Amino acid sequence: MSFAINSLIIIIRRELYGYFATPLAYIFLVIFLMLTGIFTFYLGNFYERGQADLLSFFSYHPWLYLILVPAIAMRLWAEERKSGTVELIMTLPVPLWVWVVGKFLAAWLFAGINLLLTFPMWLTVNYLGEPDNGVIVTGYVGSWLLAGGFLAVGCCMSALSKSQVIAFILSLVLCFLFTLSGFPMVLDFFSGWAPQWLIDAIAEVSFLTHFQSISKGVISLQDCLYFISMIVVWLVANTIVIDMKKAE
Amino acid sequence: MIIIEHLSKWFGDFAAVDDLSLCVQPGEVLGFLGPNGAGKSTTMKMITGYLAPSAGSISVMGHDIEKDSLAAQRLIGYLPEGAPGYGDMTPAQFLRFIAEIRGFRGRDLTEKVAYVVEQLSLGKVLHQTIETLSKGFKRRVGLAQAILHDPQVLILDEPTDGLDPNQKQQVRDLIGNLSKEKIVIISTHILEEVSAVCSRAVIIADGRLRSDSTPEQLLQQSRYRNAVNLHLTEQNTDLQQLKEIADVEDIELSENGLRVVALAKQGQFIYPLIDEFIRQKNIAIDSISVESGRLDEVFQRITREVV
Repeated sequence: MSFAINSLIIIIRRELYGYFATPLAYIFLVIFLMLTGIFTFYLGNFYERGQADLLSFFSYHPWLYLILVPAIAMRLWAEERKSGTVELIMTLPVPLWVWVVGKFLAAWLFAGINLLLTFPMWLTVNYLGEPDNGVIVTGYVGSWLLAGGFLAVGCCMSALSKSQVIAFILSLVLCFLFTLSGFPMVLDFFSGWAPQWLIDAIAEVSFLTHFQSISKGVISLQDCLYFISMIVVWLVANTIVIDMKKAE
Repeated sequence: MIIIEHLSKWFGDFAAVDDLSLCVQPGEVLGFLGPNGAGKSTTMKMITGYLAPSAGSISVMGHDIEKDSLAAQRLIGYLPEGAPGYGDMTPAQFLRFIAEIRGFRGRDLTEKVAYVVEQLSLGKVLHQTIETLSKGFKRRVGLAQAILHDPQVLILDEPTDGLDPNQKQQVRDLIGNLSKEKIVIISTHILEEVSAVCSRAVIIADGRLRSDSTPEQLLQQSRYRNAVNLHLTEQNTDLQQLKEIADVEDIELSENGLRVVALAKQGQFIYPLIDEFIRQKNIAIDSISVESGRLDEVFQRITREVV
């Protein structure tokens, strides 16, 4: 087990290096920070609301992640497959799941760094008023969990194709479906002909439903379990996809 | 020892490897020959545990590659086709990464990396990203990665493909130096390589074993074995009489009649006879030489046979 953990740390380091080796990571950070600002202050009416909280900041995160998270995940496996290094790493004495988890954790840490760098937002709201910092911390945790869910989908999609662009589009579409599935317009499409349990299930798998309650400061075991199981399921799928695609 | 038993790999209906059985002993340098698409790379991918066999089994030093893959992979150094590496890393970073993953730490790690850097003369490009390196250097980085942990089993998929003659020689020397107690399997379609480095030559075509012998035995199968090449100064009609010499199988004349190959009957050495004939007839020649055989001709005959 200690061998697996050692390998995991080495892989995470290598992948994080992969992000910061190119200007991509920095461009990404800047875009993320700019967009969070724009969404919060212009679209979220941060000032007009007159509330000392970060709800207008967090509520746009699912939409931001929809574009940005697939971009973080797209290169993880697609590039390995395209350059042929996947053959190299799969023949090193490290189990496949360690690679899958390592790559995912590296991307998740990178998303976490992005999120932490939005701290001026927290400073601003504390300067302007007296927010409930507990709610804000919960919001950050929720946002990070949400990014993890999106990322796991993205990792799996990245393994499906050698092309990063295809990986990006596939994960965007899937994440979009998983986000929207809690919306009435989607549920209306199913109601009338689909059994109730299916409609409930569709509403239940939505990222949005679970994220909204966390971002309001209510952190329930159920929501956490949802995100964690989402991550686990997609990473298992990721492992299976890589195994299946080896022959190509 | 590597034991391959009734190994098969199907991609849909297509059998890339078809009932292949092979046993390789320590100390052997096995040349894996075959036309493109014969199943060489697929077999290597199965030995290294990248692809799972459709049928059959592979055991590497007693470890079954499917049931005990990590133990087997620890013993294997592998250079995949095309020598892939991380373009955004420098050879120094890449080799460190591989060494860390292989479990080396501290001084041990530094020494291992320094050793392969020296062996493959990577010093000059150590801090340049891999994507900017020439094909030859990329290949050498791939080789360095494969021999880094001093593996008992070395599997190299076309290690000299795309290298210039000097680099080829360097790689061959390297293989020659390390293979005393090791198992080395090299796939190639460059035939000269086999006689240069291999102690055993296995030819496969359409996924099946076609020939398993030493490079020398392959040469013996050539119809050009012990053939005598003559370069004449001028055309000479007496040459047709060469055919009448007892041990001469046939002669081949070039279009201008100045180059002649006299083929020997199997197992016969005809050079003295030809030499005598030339003296007797007073034929003027520019050069005369004996062939040891032509591998490409044997290779073509073996791989084209339709089963």
